[in-house]
Amino acid sequence: MEKEDDKSDRRKFLKLGAIAGGAVLLGSAMSKAVSLDSVKETGEKIKVLTADGKVVEVDSSAIAHPSAEKLAQISVRDGIPGRKLIMVIDLARCANARKCVEGCQKMHNLLPPIEYMKVRKMQDTPLTSPYWFPTACYHCDNPPCTKVCPVGATYKRSDGIVAVDSDRCIGCKFCMAACPYSARTFNFGRPEQREYNETHKRCDTQVNCCVSNGGIEGTVSKCDFCPSHAAEGTLPMCVTECPNGTIFYGDEIEDVVTNGEDTFRLKKLLRDRAGYREMEELGTKPRVYFLPPVKRNFPFEEATEVYNTKE
Amino acid sequence: MLEENNRKESTQYETFTQEEYMVMKDDLLRPMRKIRLGGKVWIGFLIMVCCAGIYAYYIQETKSKYVTVSLRDTTFWGVYISNFVFFVALSLVGVLMSAVLKLTNFEWYRPLSRIAEIIAVAAIMLAGVSIVAAMGRPDRLHYLVIHGRIQSPIVWDIIVIMTYLATSLVLLYIPLIPSLATCKNHLTNLPKWQLKMYNFLSFGWEGTPEQWKILKRTVKVLTVLVIPLGISIHTVTAWLFATTLRAEWDSANLGAYFVSGAFLLGVSAMILAIYIFRKAYNLEKYLTEMHFDKLGKVLVLMSLIYGYFNINEFLVPAYKMSGLVSDKLKNLFNGEESVFFWSVLLFGIVLPSILPLFKKMRKPLPLTLLALGVFIAGWFKRYLIVIPGQADPYLPIQNVPDSWRHYSPSLVEWTIVAATFAAMMLIVTLFSKFFPIISVWEVAEGRLEGKEEIINYK
Repeated sequence: MEKEDDKSDRRKFLKLGAIAGGAVLLGSAMSKAVSLDSVKETGEKIKVLTADGKVVEVDSSAIAHPSAEKLAQISVRDGIPGRKLIMVIDLARCANARKCVEGCQKMHNLLPPIEYMKVRKMQDTPLTSPYWFPTACYHCDNPPCTKVCPVGATYKRSDGIVAVDSDRCIGCKFCMAACPYSARTFNFGRPEQREYNETHKRCDTQVNCCVSNGGIEGTVSKCDFCPSHAAEGTLPMCVTECPNGTIFYGDEIEDVVTNGEDTFRLKKLLRDRAGYREMEELGTKPRVYFLPPVKRNFPFEEATEVYNTKE
Repeated sequence: MLEENNRKESTQYETFTQEEYMVMKDDLLRPMRKIRLGGKVWIGFLIMVCCAGIYAYYIQETKSKYVTVSLRDTTFWGVYISNFVFFVALSLVGVLMSAVLKLTNFEWYRPLSRIAEIIAVAAIMLAGVSIVAAMGRPDRLHYLVIHGRIQSPIVWDIIVIMTYLATSLVLLYIPLIPSLATCKNHLTNLPKWQLKMYNFLSFGWEGTPEQWKILKRTVKVLTVLVIPLGISIHTVTAWLFATTLRAEWDSANLGAYFVSGAFLLGVSAMILAIYIFRKAYNLEKYLTEMHFDKLGKVLVLMSLIYGYFNINEFLVPAYKMSGLVSDKLKNLFNGEESVFFWSVLLFGIVLPSILPLFKKMRKPLPLTLLALGVFIAGWFKRYLIVIPGQADPYLPIQNVPDSWRHYSPSLVEWTIVAATFAAMMLIVTLFSKFFPIISVWEVAEGRLEGKEEIINYK
């Protein structure tokens, strides 16, 4: 029950985000949408937080609900208008529960050992403490992978997502060589995975699946930042499944990130908690930030089992 | 000094009479008259290996690649890619053995140039085959044309390789035209279709002074053109690795390192080829001990150059032992791959740069054995460049099954690699059965002591 409440809160917040962000940056375009929608008033009032921090009550009809048709209109190559999706991973909260990995695999119909989301044990120096390090694709702003693709099968979208078009990919794996973060995976057609895909077809409902569904055999795939969720204003599975709220997802333009429970101003959070990006010196400009593992919620504990041992 | 030497070499040849020319023609065309039993067995064997490769490829493409191929997300480029690099390197033999020697007036290139060109053409074709075998979706090959992006080094590579292939084919074909006319006139007891083919391909060559003039000029232009092209194909192939952000390939040295290695490989391939042709076709009079002697010296030079680039590639990073590459280097120097690594350096660079300094080692047999070592080490060198580093990325590989950590090529992969080698040798063998493998007119011309007159080589 509590979870439901959380979700609805989060939805409210995200709806608000859509308005706030839109109002600030996409003024005219958004106001058009709002004014069109506001023809039919529902009478249901929703409390929202404006960009300058005031709580106001608006009619629910004033909040943009992207319809299925509208979502379908968003070109897969162009991205969601007015969005700059971003992720912040708070290393102080991660306890290697691996729920993000499992949630992601469920969402994308992946079977272990194929993971878009990975949790690694890291130790920077012999004297410092080890920590758990969840990573996925960093959706870099200067992506080395899209540069080298010979057919434009992987590309950068306006909303910041580095996407893969598995109908275009020729399987040369040059992007896997180019990615310094090992974020990409190749569909070699593992028999178990093949069987699983037979029974779990690409789902058509927007809510439970993402644009790329594990990739087509013989092509490269990776974390896709769940663009259909972003378009709908819901959160990716790796964020919602994490029991510790480690992963925050949001929008750079709105300057806000949330893990579904806590919501932060992005810039303030990164400033206050010394946010950083991995291997900044490579110049890839990742869209995934990390908060250092200080004042941890949990002491570091070794993993109790070995994962993905089955071939 | 160099010029003097050249003159001395060319004066070693004597002018020849018409009878001598007939003997020479007979010698050089003899392999085409009849395929001996040994030749038939050899061709049959090569065809069998090729068929095995085609069957292996069929299995690879119809069954799950997770089962048939040992590649995983951790090592995603395997022997197909290292084999591709090897064949691109091998194709530079045409540049060195025919173009560079020709333009620098080393007269001894004459009987070698066609052998070098056909190896180059065969190798570049098989490089293409290797890369298609590595593709996840070969059915989408045409996307490279439809959706090709010029920003991608793969597209650069395709463009230069295609241009090099086309140039090499023309450079093989044009000096072949007078030879085809010779075949047509001389080998009258061959099957009708074969004579018709020579007739058609020789384009009514009559050997008029004007035709010779055009031929020589065309060959000269193409010879000059093929050098930058050859260097580009292997430099761009190096860039396929060097343009990534992976530490193990992050080197500004990579282009020169690849090209110098390719020249060394080309010399070793040339030694092996002339040894085999000499024995199989009794061409001792044309592929002489002098050629082994010269090639032995070239082998030393190329080994030293390649050794120089290897020192740059390994010693400088090894001195710094930056955290980004230290694991990879330690793995090569005294870790898992060390026996492999040092053997490749010993047989691929150290021995060929020292042993041929002794005259005895430049005799055909010892030099061929050395060259065989260089050739095999050359293949494994590319393996070491492409493969081990992949298993050591910036972010550690964790939570994966054992097969993801250690790549060892599967039977299907080995069969396909073996088939590419068989196909290359098959192309060269069949070519030598249908066309004179040593250019009759070029050798004859070399014996004219630089006289400008043009004889009718009919």
